[in-house]
Amino acid sequence: MKKKTKSGQIVLHSVFIILTLMYLLPFLLVVSISFSSEAAILKEGFSLIPRDFTLDAYKMVFKNSEQIINSYRTTIIFSVVATALSLLVMGLMAYAMARPNYMFNRFLSLYVLFTMFFNGGMIPTYILIMKTLHLGDTIWVYIWPTLVGAYNLMILRTNYRSLPYELIEAAKMDGANELFICFRVAMPLTLPAFASVGFMYFVQKWNVWNASLLYIKKRTDLYSLQYLLQRILNDASYMQEAIDQGLIDATNVVIPSESLRYALAMVAAGPVLVIFPLFQKYFAKGLTIGGVKG
Amino acid sequence: MKKRKLSKTKIHETLELTMLALPGIVLLFIFNYLPISGVLIAFKDYNPNKGIWGSPWVGFDNFKFFFTSQDAVRTIRNTVGYSLAFIIFEIITGVTLAILFYNLRNQKALKFYNTVVILPRFLSMVIVAYIVYALLSPTSGVFNAILRQFGADGINWYGEPVYWPFILTFVHIWCTVGMKSILYYASLVGIDTGLLESARMDGANKWQETWHIVIPHLIPLIIIQTIMSMGHIFNGDFGLNYQVTKNIGALYPTTDIINTYTFRALQEASLERGAAVGLFQNGAGCIMLILVNAIVRKVRPEDSLF
Repeated sequence: MKKKTKSGQIVLHSVFIILTLMYLLPFLLVVSISFSSEAAILKEGFSLIPRDFTLDAYKMVFKNSEQIINSYRTTIIFSVVATALSLLVMGLMAYAMARPNYMFNRFLSLYVLFTMFFNGGMIPTYILIMKTLHLGDTIWVYIWPTLVGAYNLMILRTNYRSLPYELIEAAKMDGANELFICFRVAMPLTLPAFASVGFMYFVQKWNVWNASLLYIKKRTDLYSLQYLLQRILNDASYMQEAIDQGLIDATNVVIPSESLRYALAMVAAGPVLVIFPLFQKYFAKGLTIGGVKG
Repeated sequence: MKKRKLSKTKIHETLELTMLALPGIVLLFIFNYLPISGVLIAFKDYNPNKGIWGSPWVGFDNFKFFFTSQDAVRTIRNTVGYSLAFIIFEIITGVTLAILFYNLRNQKALKFYNTVVILPRFLSMVIVAYIVYALLSPTSGVFNAILRQFGADGINWYGEPVYWPFILTFVHIWCTVGMKSILYYASLVGIDTGLLESARMDGANKWQETWHIVIPHLIPLIIIQTIMSMGHIFNGDFGLNYQVTKNIGALYPTTDIINTYTFRALQEASLERGAAVGLFQNGAGCIMLILVNAIVRKVRPEDSLF
């Protein structure tokens, strides 16, 4: 019996090791391409081990590339500001919704859940943002439209509900107002939920490309990092154009276009993958308590 | 006297809580409710200078335009096809992986495998498109290098629509299976271990245990997930079908979905046509949601969403 379990575990681990390779090899491939020389790529194609190891692509990314720096700055600013504002607005709203004796809490739940299943669609939203609110070509277009999300609100609400109600009652007895209780009692006690929601929201913002695609027309300095990356992957001509305009400095004779693309991908995806382990422990928790039912 | 005082504090409390919720309520109203009134444009011949209200009514012309075009059959078929494939494979792979996690003894290894499979969740579709391109690039891609190694000719992946339903389904599952499996795994942790023990005493083996106890335990969660997905069945994954295919026209026969079609309508400035398609998409999705939920309520009332 014991032996059987052991061999079972070995089979299980083998399956997981194959699976792990399916996930890690593609990442390794991207890393390797970014360190390969352009000549080697042209001659022998992409490979898992860097051919003709070189840092040329990275040097080019960081040297004098105005557009990349602009997009980086834009992305950092809107990701940080949007995450902070979102947690503040949703933290307050969820606090009210979590109160069992609050008069409008059923109505608000419906009001929020409805947005999960019905919306105006891409085009009415586009008209609202561009023509009515004139948010196009401003950094606010990354911040306001998606600040409040139904799913995250429900996670925060469920977390507040798990707090003992007497805590809030006691604070009220002491004459504290709701804003004070929310900030000083409820929020500190549900910090793990805020960490998990905040991190997921930050990642979502960091990875934004469609807002640039739709709403940024003239201000190229407001392109998000991921959108810039998309332009560079899809427009073969974009690279040449960028060099002609001096956005990318090309003092080298050979332009490392393939490896440069992948070096950029590394630079764009890196930060999130680096901070991810810090937040991992909150995750499964945040995910399961987000149950929509109830 | 006392009662009146109580209701006064109650009003005060309601007022205070409403003030706290207000910024969120207003933002949701502006960005999630106001656009709904914009669907009116679907029934108009939209002229940007006249605005939504000033443009003339045209009834169902914009819908007719879409539904009588070649694009309608293609985009609806593709959208629903991908959605169904995603729903089915997400369940199969998510549940399987969760059960594998559940049977792992080594907690450290479990955590490591867990971390690995959710990594793609943190990548943007643009990065995923880069990874796919590294594998499929006709000249320097890894897949063609392997094919050539075996003496076969390389395949022009980005020019052959027939491979893309498989590629996109695989990529989608690669990206999502991690989160799905954790969701199912979290539910499995709640299984009554006494039940498993007594089954083992009765001589049940691992397969019987899985089939008769573990999977039935997951059914309610699977049903809820399916109902929710059915509500989005006409809503494709714009990022996947737009970025990973690099929006290449030659692939449209199998990759063009309603969302990519709407986006093109926007680019071509035919906003009213795109809005009509969007309205159809939303309305049909809501009907599906209600329908599927009604069926579930009939068969397993305790598992319906509402």
